[in-house]
Amino acid sequence: MKLTLRVWRQKNADADGAMSTYEVDNVSPDMSFLEMLDTLNEELILKGEDPVAFDHDCREGICGACSLVINGDAHGPERTTTCQLHMRSFKDGDTIDIEPWRASAFPVIKDLVVDRSAFDRIIQAGGYITAPTGSAPEAHATPVPKPDADYAFEHAECIGCGACVAACPNGAAMLFTSAKVNHLNVLPQGAPERETRVLDMVAQMDEEGFGGCTLTGECATACPKGIPLTSITNMNREWLRATRKAGKR
Amino acid sequence: MARTVWDSTVGKKAVMAVSGAIMLLYLVAHVIGNLKIFFGAGEFNHYAHWLRTVGEPFMHYEWTLWLVRVVLVVAVVAHAVSAYQLSRRDIKARPSKYVHKKPRASYATRTMRWGGIILGLFIVWHILDLTTGTVHSGGFQEGRPYENVVDTFSTWYGNVIYIVAMLALGLHIRHGFWSAAQTLGAGSRTRDRALKAVANVLALLLTAGFIAVPVGVMTGVVS
Repeated sequence: MKLTLRVWRQKNADADGAMSTYEVDNVSPDMSFLEMLDTLNEELILKGEDPVAFDHDCREGICGACSLVINGDAHGPERTTTCQLHMRSFKDGDTIDIEPWRASAFPVIKDLVVDRSAFDRIIQAGGYITAPTGSAPEAHATPVPKPDADYAFEHAECIGCGACVAACPNGAAMLFTSAKVNHLNVLPQGAPERETRVLDMVAQMDEEGFGGCTLTGECATACPKGIPLTSITNMNREWLRATRKAGKR
Repeated sequence: MARTVWDSTVGKKAVMAVSGAIMLLYLVAHVIGNLKIFFGAGEFNHYAHWLRTVGEPFMHYEWTLWLVRVVLVVAVVAHAVSAYQLSRRDIKARPSKYVHKKPRASYATRTMRWGGIILGLFIVWHILDLTTGTVHSGGFQEGRPYENVVDTFSTWYGNVIYIVAMLALGLHIRHGFWSAAQTLGAGSRTRDRALKAVANVLALLLTAGFIAVPVGVMTGVVS
């Protein structure tokens, strides 16, 4: 396949960026999207040009490092991560637009790489449990009802890639934050911090400059792990409950 | 607690949801009242007068009406101020747009902000036209709402402003009702279809009910 790529190039955080056009030939439909970008970068290096910077790590769809907006969709046309997207999803002669995540809380570092440490700070604000560490506890010590375990797992699937923020017209981090809150709030292990967790994580989310939720549903559509939109509804309920409880104290 | 709610994006959205629900309840009462116009000037004007005597003798003349007005003004202001502040924040959170643009979300969802502005302007015109009579065409008659309504909908612009605003209202309620349920944590996977259905039915009934009045005047059913 022969493709035309229009890629966002930006030297550093302070520089102005622009779309640059590149041609790539001999692209196999079996290549992953990132392998196709590797091919482009090899050619650029041979020509003595600066290769395109992009984030990637496991390339198995589980780490959440890859982050590209492809033809206006976070992670491209398939419901998966960019690393798990294959070139068979495109046609010979296609023009593909590749842009970084866009949100003021995710500043561009270089080309397609953005700084997602705002997510780390949201996790630090409450995405943990206080429990004795050491060897694994006996599994029957804390029984968890099956529906709760399934619910927690569904939310624990979030890999923190930030596609929800990239897709949201308001640059909101509600789906990410709600996945983390619901994952721990439903489990007995997360119960001691149930109220402080949701209050602190939402406060940190606002602090980072993410937008608010207008329930467009773009986040849940873009999420490679299928975190449902009702996750946000449930976090809202948890937040209102925690605020009422805090008000009584 | 009030501070926590107002300072948080989640809390401010809850303020919007509650104030929106208050306005929605009022609109249901309003549309039922409006439809009495099809039973003649006597019944409609009598109903309008009754609105001023509700609650007597416990309430003085017009007290209940003013109480409702105060609640509504508070709701409108809270709704608009939260919407303005949240929108400012949302726009700031996404300063650079994507080069590759795609049509996103439903029409009702995308038009919430403009729809809200249209509705805000409409409310001002509507009050100046039919409550105070300041911009009323054809001589405002105090205590004769039937005749005043017929005057308003005898002008082309009265009809256009009203019908456009009511279409905007339908779209606003369609996304707003469902959205408010999510914001207040009342939505769930099993309830989602029911909530969307209620939102659509409410939007349709309110829009159709309100538009029936200018259509009635235009077709001569009400004159």
